[in-house]
Amino acid sequence: MRYLPNTPQNQRAMLDTIGVRTVEDLLTRIPAKARLSRPLALLPALAESDLIRHMRSLAARDADADTFTCFLGGGAYDHYVPSPINHMVLRGEYLTAYTPYQPEASQGTLRTIYEYQTMIAELTGMDVANASIYDGASSLAEAVLMAHAINGRHELALAGGVNPLYRRVVETYVDGPGLKLRDVPSPEGVLDRDAARRVVGGKTAALVVQSPNFYGCLEDVAAAAELAHAAGALLVVVSDPVNLGVLEAPGRQGADIVVGEGQGLGVPLSFGGPYLGVFAAKNEFVRRMPGRLVGATVDLDGSRGFALTLQTREQHIRRAKATSNICTNVALCALMATIYMATLGQRGLVRVGELSMAKAHYAAERLTAVPGVSLRFAQPFFKEFTLKLPKSPERVAAKLARQSILAGLPLKTLDRKLGDCLLVAVTEKRTREEIDAFADALAKAVA
Amino acid sequence: MPYDNQRAYDRLIFELSSPGRLAFSLPESDVPVEPALAKVPEAYRRREPAALPEVSELDVVRHYSRLSQMNYGVDTHFYPLGSCTMKYNPKINEDMARLSGFGRLHPLAPEALSQGALQLMHDLAAMLAEIAGMDAVSLQPAAGAQGELAGVLMIRAYHEARGEKRTKVLIPDSAHGTNPASTALAGYEVIEVKSDAEGRVELGDLEAHLGPDVAAFMITVPNTLGNFEPRVMEIGELCHARGAQVYMDGANLNAILGLTRPGDLGFDVCHFNLHKTFTTPHGGGGPGSGPVGVKAHLEPFLPVPVIAKREQSYVLDWKRPQSIGKLQAFWGNFGMHVRAYTYIRTMGADGLRAVSENAVLNANYIMKRLEGHYDVAAPGPCMHECVLSARRQKKLGVSAMDVAKRLLDLGFYAPSTYFPLIVEEALMIEPTETESKETLDAFCEAMIRIAKEAETDPSAIHQAPVTTPVRRLDQTKAAREPNLRWRAKV
Repeated sequence: MRYLPNTPQNQRAMLDTIGVRTVEDLLTRIPAKARLSRPLALLPALAESDLIRHMRSLAARDADADTFTCFLGGGAYDHYVPSPINHMVLRGEYLTAYTPYQPEASQGTLRTIYEYQTMIAELTGMDVANASIYDGASSLAEAVLMAHAINGRHELALAGGVNPLYRRVVETYVDGPGLKLRDVPSPEGVLDRDAARRVVGGKTAALVVQSPNFYGCLEDVAAAAELAHAAGALLVVVSDPVNLGVLEAPGRQGADIVVGEGQGLGVPLSFGGPYLGVFAAKNEFVRRMPGRLVGATVDLDGSRGFALTLQTREQHIRRAKATSNICTNVALCALMATIYMATLGQRGLVRVGELSMAKAHYAAERLTAVPGVSLRFAQPFFKEFTLKLPKSPERVAAKLARQSILAGLPLKTLDRKLGDCLLVAVTEKRTREEIDAFADALAKAVA
Repeated sequence: MPYDNQRAYDRLIFELSSPGRLAFSLPESDVPVEPALAKVPEAYRRREPAALPEVSELDVVRHYSRLSQMNYGVDTHFYPLGSCTMKYNPKINEDMARLSGFGRLHPLAPEALSQGALQLMHDLAAMLAEIAGMDAVSLQPAAGAQGELAGVLMIRAYHEARGEKRTKVLIPDSAHGTNPASTALAGYEVIEVKSDAEGRVELGDLEAHLGPDVAAFMITVPNTLGNFEPRVMEIGELCHARGAQVYMDGANLNAILGLTRPGDLGFDVCHFNLHKTFTTPHGGGGPGSGPVGVKAHLEPFLPVPVIAKREQSYVLDWKRPQSIGKLQAFWGNFGMHVRAYTYIRTMGADGLRAVSENAVLNANYIMKRLEGHYDVAAPGPCMHECVLSARRQKKLGVSAMDVAKRLLDLGFYAPSTYFPLIVEEALMIEPTETESKETLDAFCEAMIRIAKEAETDPSAIHQAPVTTPVRRLDQTKAAREPNLRWRAKV
């Protein structure tokens, strides 16, 4: 077995040193009646070449974004991933290290996280960012728990445009602490401010808005901030950081906590994970933050060095009283994002944003020129928009898939009121030719 | 003076920035940009550009290559970090996760066009259920702590569905910190149960706390002292008799593959750490993956969606009215599922059993070789890890932390230190099955050398490490004057 180096001779010598005859003699504390008396019922082991053949045959059954033209979004996007990212994250010194508890032997990981925190804080316009949370949805769940810990209030107001999958995760997380979720309807695609004023009040820990929201519409974040703050609540903004080369930083619009899915920053689609939960906040809340934080300090010689810090917030010290139960986060995905942001720089991110926005608007124009197809909401959007179709979106999407086009997400399963709608995302990777082919295929599918 | 290549690139990326440099490649727009810009209100557009670095592609590659050299990893060093199972991460796992059909698959692609991925997840869950003796497994939790949260929430939902209101969860004082933290997050009061000197649960203390208000007992098997709790089945029976569920923290599953199963030991719930037992890489602190397995009576409460097989196809089953809900936006850390699946299909049943047998052998060998030089926290035989105490060295002025730092200079990463909390000056050593006798011998010799240095020259150990990119860091300064982001000097 290529991963097990002990030869029978090694094993004999080690057993002799230990002073037992067989490995069985080391296992005597396992209750005899619970010992497994048969081999595990698993498929037989495969040699590497057979395993590769098997894995390829499985992978071949999937409509990946290399063979299909991808217009799917809804929280994961087919953005450009610069080549150096994969080469760097495959370096074993990053890939096979663990949490940098021994900082002297982990300066590489610590420095990249410090760079990551700096770049995320800069992009979101916030004071501090943590070392990451599992994904955008769990980041949002941690944010609302943090808001509750800060002001002790027990209600949360969620704008209707918050990704419904995120909403379900928040629901799971707030069950234990007994927080109450209140939905603010968004019938016109964005937060209905009159409805919000009725919901957000003295019991509200935080108002949550997402911009661009699940339907693709841009929210008036500054107005939401004003509304939340007037009630003494915090404003939590769900933001996609890859858009922030072009879109205003939520921190400059009054956000108290910014969270989001960082997958667009160079992390593979990978059927939904592992992704990157972005988490940033105002300085005054730093000691309430969940997750790891890396800080700069000096060593015995006065040289600059980096270490995990403010660890008294965390579960391995505070146990049941920790700010969060999180331990392992997603350091390697944060590294991908760090290299992405370093590679793109400010000009690259502006280009990614402008190209995505331009192509999305071109696509919206072409697609709504198809008879019977229209934009569901009359709101400004960025790289994603909701189309109303004259025929079943499921059937239309299935038809287009036969032409290797992933047309978008039929919304029926996530939002019953939008059963005739399709959510379409367009990134900088889509070409005019691909968009035109999509429009032609759509025209035929709804004719 | 020669050019110091390392110094040049171990600065921060911001300090390498030079206005005008580019590292990206994006096409010119083939559609008009201006009309779109006109449709996005100016108030929503960024006013001040983000101050990100401006570097070339080679700058990026040299900088991150250089930073990587400042790390120890399993690929470069023996990494005996107890409780973390820092075993070899096979390279083929990485290749498989990067196949287009997996790595480039959108999570919301139609089910009919995601059959390969769904089948892989379905089959991985079934293999994990067989390995743990559980009836069903959800792959959704992103890491061990989220698996714990899911498990405890399912226990809560189970009691509530039976109309029982139970408010407490019992956890031994030797537990990982995530156990009490996850349990508190699930809305329970955490009651600590005492362990005896050998890390075994004090049955008297357990019984005393096991009232009708107790929802569950949560325990790590083997325990955090590396020993198998011999009375684990009695404990389970005792809990069940009082209506409480038993939860197994699966952090130490690497000790028992093919030897015994949590389900057969009487557990109702257990979680897996794919990044420990099943060779998905630790990545410098994640991503991990923390599937959770349950017995049939808890199956209705599994997170949604459940991956189900209907005739010849695989579907996401959302119609589960008693589900605890969702934990991640999508279906779990699929990239880690591909790696774990690859590993299990590489090893087979005999291979997995050999994993645990060799892990146990290696840990006992280390314990035997070091028992004359350090105190052993609990008498052996141990399972896959052993816990030593540096209390003897501490009397000479050398702490567990000093031992750890000195090891870095001698070419090894450090064991876990000061955990479990019930062992004074703890050094928790988990060699894993992928290390050879030669490596273990070299490590033991280094540990023995440090024990001798503690007797002859303790002050030299206080200087360690001296061969690492930085020396001991001022942690107090880091916490008192938090500096959590770089800022340009003005």
